[in-house]
Amino acid sequence: MEKFSTFKGIAAPFNILNVDTDKIIPKQFLTTIKRTGLGKHVFDEMRYKKDGSENPNFVLNQKPYDKSNILIAGDNFGCGSSREHAPWALKDFGIKCIISTSFADIFYNNSFKNGLLPIMVTKDERDALLEDAKDKENPEIEIDLENQEIRRPNGGKIKFKIDPFRKKCLLEGLDDIGLTELHENKIKSFEESRSTKHPWL
Amino acid sequence: MSKTLYDKIWQSHLINEQDDGTSLIYIDRHLVHEVTSPQAFEGLRLSNRKVNSPKRTLAVADHNVPTLDRGLGIKEEDSRIQVEELDKNVEEFQIPYFNMNDTRQGIVHVIGPEQGFTQPGMTIVCGDSHTATHGAFGSLAFGIGTSEVEHVLATQTLIQKKAMNMLININGNLDKIVTSKDLILYIIGKIGTAGGTGCVIEYSGNALRDMSMESRMTICNMSIEAGARAGMIAPDDITFNYLYEKPMAPKNEDWDKAVSWWKTLPSDSGAKFDKIVDIDATKVTQTITWGTSPEEIVSIDGTVPNPDKISDEVKQNKIKRSIEYMGLTPGQKISDVEINTVFIGSCTNSRIEDIRSAAKIIKGKKVSSYVKALVVPGSGLVKKQAEEEGLDVIFKHAGFEWREPGCSMCLAMNSDKLNEGDRCASTSNRNFEGRQGKGGRTHLVSPEIAAASAITGKLTDPRNVT
Repeated sequence: MEKFSTFKGIAAPFNILNVDTDKIIPKQFLTTIKRTGLGKHVFDEMRYKKDGSENPNFVLNQKPYDKSNILIAGDNFGCGSSREHAPWALKDFGIKCIISTSFADIFYNNSFKNGLLPIMVTKDERDALLEDAKDKENPEIEIDLENQEIRRPNGGKIKFKIDPFRKKCLLEGLDDIGLTELHENKIKSFEESRSTKHPWL
Repeated sequence: MSKTLYDKIWQSHLINEQDDGTSLIYIDRHLVHEVTSPQAFEGLRLSNRKVNSPKRTLAVADHNVPTLDRGLGIKEEDSRIQVEELDKNVEEFQIPYFNMNDTRQGIVHVIGPEQGFTQPGMTIVCGDSHTATHGAFGSLAFGIGTSEVEHVLATQTLIQKKAMNMLININGNLDKIVTSKDLILYIIGKIGTAGGTGCVIEYSGNALRDMSMESRMTICNMSIEAGARAGMIAPDDITFNYLYEKPMAPKNEDWDKAVSWWKTLPSDSGAKFDKIVDIDATKVTQTITWGTSPEEIVSIDGTVPNPDKISDEVKQNKIKRSIEYMGLTPGQKISDVEINTVFIGSCTNSRIEDIRSAAKIIKGKKVSSYVKALVVPGSGLVKKQAEEEGLDVIFKHAGFEWREPGCSMCLAMNSDKLNEGDRCASTSNRNFEGRQGKGGRTHLVSPEIAAASAITGKLTDPRNVT
């Protein structure tokens, strides 16, 4: 996985409640056998009109947000289906970070596995960032994972919490499976004792 | 120290725990389907890894298999490639597999329990959020993403952090007319779609003790719609009787050993829960959804809400949007709403009991002339059982279509989908915009209400169909 480094990017205001993963990437795009190429379909039903043309009212179709790297999102982002196609599609579109008050568990997990950083902040902080993002002239926000800091366009800073292990994996671009394989002996002995105790398992 | 059911399963699967709580847990069972696995197998190939434990894995194609004319194969090219990819992957990695033409094929969350692959005390995962279904057996079962699917295939473990313990107590008895689907929709309405986020829910109370495994599975299935990754119910004699002599259940001495272990699993009295929600069973009515989120519920004799009465602006906008998408008006009686499609199926309600309950209402009646109605049994074995009981004949006489097993119109990845503006009484689990087809409108209901609605062409209380 690519290492996650500090970056400054355009933040889009996306204050919709309970955005589900069906909304992020509808089922007709789940028949792919690849991880890439889903960016053009992200938020398909909100993004395109019936004739296939872009819906000008949708925020990610508007300038400068069509080049967004950050979403300032509504509560409970990413609920519903476990499809990892949701973070794949967001990432492919160019989103590297999503800031909200809360995320659904599976989406939250899936994001980290794909170098997409979900940041949880308080409602007041999120609302302030929404206001920042609404300023089309200057919607750039800086994300510094190392120092766990969001830097606002007005120079203000918002600190955020993150699990140390997930932080390390993102910063160093570590592969989970490789890390787990370091515990190979422990896994083997666990398996052996389990087979003796509960042979039917 | 007193422990919850979740604590016990967690601790007995813990291989390693870091100081920050990041843990490596062992996975007993892994279910695999065609949609969320191709990239995981590709990952294994690219890194030259094998499947750690094929015997703990079971694969099936369910999400985009056709439910009609299966002998002709899959018409849609993308779907066909995805299923062929699974055929190829299970062959290469030597994973047990029920292919599309096997009688045992069906929805992944129906076949696991049916085969006895699902058992109490296990950790069970699948690249599908409705894996919570298996928690009805007193197992820790949850949905994972494709990267995690690859991780489990390669190592038979997962990196996790322990979730919070949440108890949902259902006090008192349910009215006879109230089903487990009504109950879970009512609970989601109470706690909201984020009510269980970060938690594993244990459901308890006398009302559950009287319930069949099928009903318990319906409840645990929709835990994800309340934001929880997993839902569980302590195992008891009903659980053991269900599993006895199932093909993959323990046999002979192992069975006895297993049962005595399973009996130690229920939460100890005095075990600590981080959150407790009490539900008064006597207040639960026949519940359906009116909107586009599973928390947007209404009693079958209720009305569509009025958004002007909601003060929070974001919530008000969400409700306005739902009303607009659903083509309803505030204050409208829900039983006046006309439907043109009925879907009985999905991992929530496609088991034999669901099909029997719907058949009981349909028997001797006709489907309304403007309604298209389908029954999609959860597995080939459910279908066979129903046919042996003559239920297929009841449905076909009434004007229902009797289909082959699969996920079908629950997520409409195959050709079973709603058209723009269609309105469906569906026994599935998600009513999101476009879920059953672009522009389609979904009301989540019990099999009984789905059956009654098929007859009248409106959302209908089964008691009003005589």
